[in-house]
Amino acid sequence: MTIFFERRELVVPGDLLAEGDYEPGENVYKEDDKLYATRVGLLELKDDKISVIALRSFYVPKPGDIVIGDVVDVGVSSWAIDIKAPRLAVLRATEVVGRPFRSDKTELTKILNVGDTVIAKVKAYDRTRSPMLTMGEPGLGKIRHGRIVRITPSKVPRLIGKKGSMISMLKRETGCKIVIGMNGVVLVRCKSPEDEELLIEAIEKIERESHVEGLTDRVAEMIRRRRGLGSGEAQADR
Amino acid sequence: MAVEKPKLIDEEGRRLDGRGPADLRPLHIEVDVLANADGSAYVEQGNTKILAAVYGPKEVHPRHLGLPDRAILRCRYHMAPFSVEHRKSPAPSRREIELSKVIREALEPALFLEYYPRTAIDVFVEVLQADGGTRCASITAASLALADAGIPMRDLVAAVAAGKVDGILVLDLSDVEDKHGEADVPFAMMPGLNRITLFQMDGVLTPDELKECV
Repeated sequence: MTIFFERRELVVPGDLLAEGDYEPGENVYKEDDKLYATRVGLLELKDDKISVIALRSFYVPKPGDIVIGDVVDVGVSSWAIDIKAPRLAVLRATEVVGRPFRSDKTELTKILNVGDTVIAKVKAYDRTRSPMLTMGEPGLGKIRHGRIVRITPSKVPRLIGKKGSMISMLKRETGCKIVIGMNGVVLVRCKSPEDEELLIEAIEKIERESHVEGLTDRVAEMIRRRRGLGSGEAQADR
Repeated sequence: MAVEKPKLIDEEGRRLDGRGPADLRPLHIEVDVLANADGSAYVEQGNTKILAAVYGPKEVHPRHLGLPDRAILRCRYHMAPFSVEHRKSPAPSRREIELSKVIREALEPALFLEYYPRTAIDVFVEVLQADGGTRCASITAASLALADAGIPMRDLVAAVAAGKVDGILVLDLSDVEDKHGEADVPFAMMPGLNRITLFQMDGVLTPDELKECV
């Protein structure tokens, strides 16, 4: 049992990471007793599990994920949604209206039209068929205002942080509402455009520096400093 | 019209550009050079300059082209009109169509295509300047662009040509060496796994010489 790289070391596809009785995690594959990386990223170790945190990836739908996507097509009884995955997702009309749906009675474009952006949940996906979405839960639905930021999906866990530490810090410091789609699409809704700019800058910083230790504190400090200078009001209660 | 064959290797065993037989040309690599592509790479190998861009995996259009059990890889190798001495027509030539296929087949073993059924991965390779070894540099560039796009791979693919010039076996042939030499053996492999993904030969070599090239 040997590991050939340090934790958080940069690896590229085909790098021999370890030999022996290890479990392959994300972006790692095992052949015989050898583990190789499949993506460019940073090595992560957890017990006997070796994984690689990708520097860049694309979204692969998983049932239960909250995603944000754009309506790109309207069909007879469903919409096609671009969720930045390899395939377009299908959102059935019954999932939106919540009852059996008659296409001769309701016009789908009145509910959602091409160009709309929605928050939805992945209901089913098995790789061979298009992912199915649902909107029949609180918090899901058409987005009416706010701004969209895109990050690479492999950085989403970092944006959320351990037990949501990063996301709750961002919400607390900026007072904005944030919805993170697991597909790397993030919706931010703030009271002022300045806050929005600052928050987007913070999110981009997190994506860029996701591998650096103590990131939550540094982002918090950046926001505090900028807010202090920007508005001129000290945040005395924090 | 006979062109006089230049002397490709001098008395001291140096090649036209001063290299020894086993020396490669200076290599310069950049990744993530294009903002609009999902992944991209730029490779300079001596005077050969290649730009590669990758899109996908994405939905296949038209639909029936998709395969139910794996993703399809589509490659386009194209030489810019200004890449050679006399303007090349931008329309795809027989040679470019063949090289597109050769590059695709050299890359396919490195990808986990079976993970993404009914999708397509597009690879565009643009030769900006050609000075021999464009298919090899293209494979290297395309494999880097795929890695940059975050597409899972078994290994990177690296390629170089071997060959015979003025009776001597050499590596990384330039355009003149390719044109006037005796043989050219383009060769691509996955270095980590020690597997060959492309092996071609053009010219005359004895079996022993071919083995030595490898």
